[in-house]
Amino acid sequence: MNIHEYQAKELFAKYGIAIPKGLAAHSKKEVDHVLGQIPDGKMVVKSQIHAGGRGKGVFKDGFEGGVKLVANKKEALDVANHMLGNTLVTKQTGPDGRKVNTLYFTEVNTIKKEYYIAILLDRKISQPVIIASTEGGMDIETVAAQSPEKIIRIEVDPLFGLRDYEARAAAFSLGMKDGLVKQMVKLLRGMYDLYWQKDAALVEINPLVVTQDEQLVALDAKITFDDNALYRHPDILALRDFNEEDPKEVAASQFSLNYIALDGNIACLVNGAGLAMATMDIIQHYGGHPANFLDVGGGASEEQVTEAFKIILTDPDVKGILVNIFGGIMKCDVIARGIVAAAQKLNLDMPLVVRLEGTNVKEGKQILRDSGLSLIPADSLADAAQKVVAAVAAE
Amino acid sequence: MSILVDKNTRLVVQGITGKSGSFHAQMCMEYGTNLVAGVTPGKGGQKFLDKVPIHDTLYEAVEREGANVSMIFVPPAFAADSILEAIDMEIPLVVCITEGIPVHDMEQVKSRLRYAKTRLIGPNCPGIITPGQCKIGIMPGYIHKPGKVGIVSRSGTLTYEAVWQLTSLGHGQSTVIGIGGDPVNGTSHLEAVQMFNEDPQTDAIIMIGEIGGDAEEEAARYIKENVKKPVAAFIAGVTAPPGRRMGHAGAIVSGGSGSAAGKIEALKDAGIAVAPTPADMAKTLLTVWNP
Repeated sequence: MNIHEYQAKELFAKYGIAIPKGLAAHSKKEVDHVLGQIPDGKMVVKSQIHAGGRGKGVFKDGFEGGVKLVANKKEALDVANHMLGNTLVTKQTGPDGRKVNTLYFTEVNTIKKEYYIAILLDRKISQPVIIASTEGGMDIETVAAQSPEKIIRIEVDPLFGLRDYEARAAAFSLGMKDGLVKQMVKLLRGMYDLYWQKDAALVEINPLVVTQDEQLVALDAKITFDDNALYRHPDILALRDFNEEDPKEVAASQFSLNYIALDGNIACLVNGAGLAMATMDIIQHYGGHPANFLDVGGGASEEQVTEAFKIILTDPDVKGILVNIFGGIMKCDVIARGIVAAAQKLNLDMPLVVRLEGTNVKEGKQILRDSGLSLIPADSLADAAQKVVAAVAAE
Repeated sequence: MSILVDKNTRLVVQGITGKSGSFHAQMCMEYGTNLVAGVTPGKGGQKFLDKVPIHDTLYEAVEREGANVSMIFVPPAFAADSILEAIDMEIPLVVCITEGIPVHDMEQVKSRLRYAKTRLIGPNCPGIITPGQCKIGIMPGYIHKPGKVGIVSRSGTLTYEAVWQLTSLGHGQSTVIGIGGDPVNGTSHLEAVQMFNEDPQTDAIIMIGEIGGDAEEEAARYIKENVKKPVAAFIAGVTAPPGRRMGHAGAIVSGGSGSAAGKIEALKDAGIAVAPTPADMAKTLLTVWNP
């Protein structure tokens, strides 16, 4: 789960990490209220969306920049009126962009030096790792590709947590001295505690800056959380912003279905994540374009299958459906009954190719035959993919 | 022979009285697995299906019934605890089926495993099966057939697909391992391939991977240097958009790493036959293997 920058910074503050003073506004009225509370002068107005590249982003009406430095309150209000409710397109949002529902007004810091710092899981060693660099403000992947020697890695044993010597090593490796080292150790301690205690998957500050008066301040903040651990963090779960998610994906999650929208026109409904991905791949292999990833899980009920069809059909681009089930624990006759019920209830009027294999496959196929539905049966995965691609092409 | 499990395996199920735990424990027994005990704290003294003793602690199950492999069906919030209990008992093999364990819990388990005598398979996996001898997990037993092909995979149903393709063409499997779809897991592709390479009953290997991490690349490097047996592979997720988690917690392309294209290139570079589609896994193996 992702959260907004202003929410991440509120968490930073709780963990003793210095942030620029700032206030968030969710409406024009709140913008007026916020601007009434802060002193006039330079400030930064920041669009709050769950995507990077905001500074270089362009709004749908042509207004440039999702993050703006302004000279005074009057300019801030003008910029805020352009941003709020407008749709921002960045290199990470895709062409549809994201609607800006929240703005964050922050003070301006004078910057002497910028760093990059993050804590995340290193999958190769299954341990948390601190990644730091003197190339603050830059995309870390770019730094890794162009000058890997500028990236510092400190591996942390999760049984012991972050030790002071490890935090000091990070500070000294970045060339920090004196008071800055102490501040850095405290900051890393805060970051690690936040990462560990709140079950974060990533805590990132880019840039972390040294101000004119030698203070370490987190100018930006990004935190993502482990979805598996949200059950033990109701405070974090409360920060979820449904406006940032595809409504189809939200609906799917309510029925324990795993759905991800793509931009093709052949919908798929599959049991198991690996097979669901592989089904998308084989559709593309035969020249089609998958409209979604949809894993109905290991033991879907008739109700879940019906809901899955409903979600698929809310995508207006869908021109055909491929159902691919390898029944193990899930029985093919149960799935077949779900397909029949859904197709009848939803008046399905597009090609539906069904491939069933595994437990109770004979009964499943018989149920489909007896239903009178005009679906297209398939014998194998390859057969199914070819048939749905051909049927959609013929439409 | 085979790897890790066979007819001498004495299975204990942690979480045997839960809905999935009891159902799958029974399915494993019906397949022929020697289920010797179950563990559910507070239900010690009862019997599972009127014959298998249930204990309060894993300690009793190991001491009294001689269990040497554990299968875990404990809910995600408590699963790491169960794995640690099994590590403490020095059970040689633990198979954790549970999906949705917090990643930080697994990071700690993984650190503990570094100085443990236990091998962990999973979590979030279908389990392990040596056809005709022992099934530990949730896979449908009847699609398998005893034979010479070792299969290792991060995905459940995609593994069934490969097994079924082989069985339909008349080729059986030595052992099939699902290592699970989580970013932190016990046994890696590399370790499974090493075991298959050393197993005299395994003549050929199918490795099924997916986007995310670099476990497939790591295995590919090992195969290039050390494996003389024919190997075929498939990687799922060519069409997966970057930055999105595709069902499995570990299936994500991030920061340009973990892409399907990169993995396929590494596999091909290691001389591994890569199936162009998931429908061709068995056929692709047969292009490099003469059974």
